[in-house]
Amino acid sequence: MKLIVNGENEDLESATLADLLVTLDYEGDWLATAVNGEIVHRKDRASRVLSDHDRIEILSPMQGG
Amino acid sequence: MLELYATPVSSRLLLGTARYPSPAILADAIIVSETEILTVSLRREMARGQQGGAFFGMIRDLGRRILPNTAGCHTASEAVLTAKMAREVFGTNWVKLEVIGHQDTLQPDVFALVEAARILCAEGFEVFPYTTDDLVVGEKLLDAGCRVLMPWCAPIGSAMGPQNIPALRSMRAHFPDVPLIVDAGLGRPSHAALVMELGFDAVLLNTAVAGAGDPVQMAGAFARAVEAGRSGYQAGLLEPRDMAVPSTPVIGKAVFS
Repeated sequence: MKLIVNGENEDLESATLADLLVTLDYEGDWLATAVNGEIVHRKDRASRVLSDHDRIEILSPMQGG
Repeated sequence: MLELYATPVSSRLLLGTARYPSPAILADAIIVSETEILTVSLRREMARGQQGGAFFGMIRDLGRRILPNTAGCHTASEAVLTAKMAREVFGTNWVKLEVIGHQDTLQPDVFALVEAARILCAEGFEVFPYTTDDLVVGEKLLDAGCRVLMPWCAPIGSAMGPQNIPALRSMRAHFPDVPLIVDAGLGRPSHAALVMELGFDAVLLNTAVAGAGDPVQMAGAFARAVEAGRSGYQAGLLEPRDMAVPSTPVIGKAVFS
């Protein structure tokens, strides 16, 4: 399945957003996720099914002004 | 005491966390500034969750209130989504709403700003809008539900200091009961003192501290300038006059010739 993760093309077989985070080795309670421009809350990641060409954003805290 | 969305705040200096020479210098500058509110951001995590985690841990340990920003957003929808993601990560309804309208000046797109503010306020966010000194935009932001306004005084990171003092004065006069925070454009402690003397409630700094030769010392200098300006405003400033006025009383002066 073709996915775009943080702007990068990936070819992965992850059924859900939670699976994708495990596959890509993302961990931490400071991550925020969105699929196709919609926020996916932490509690909903396991039930958020991914489809071909989904655009996934995985954000985390950084310095800001 | 200053209240921002019903939260009492004793330090009138809000500090950004970007562009410091090192995390240790950032931490020291935060401590010396005595700020209670730190701005932070969200970015794509490329280091498998570790990069943001280290920064988040440090910020959490410092125990300050977090004001996440939507820096870099150019549309209302981008800013709204970023704000929602920040709320999830930082566990706060506060958001510094930035919608950039011009690449060179980083001037806010005030139309998209008002639109995003309306959406976010309706969803329970407590919005700190980065805006211009335009009174009509200020009115519209208040109509949208904002209870704080954060006008620029010069372009972000420019260190130019207040470019339009009459506009800042009229903003203060027009919104006497709204907390007004000068966000962006301050370069020196004297700039901060000046806007505090105009009656602004607080300042938000980043580059002026982070980019100084010694950011920790500069954090302290700004803290004292903000306090001095505020205290001067409260004490009642003398208005400038055209003519000299002798400070020593003339009455009772000896006549020697």
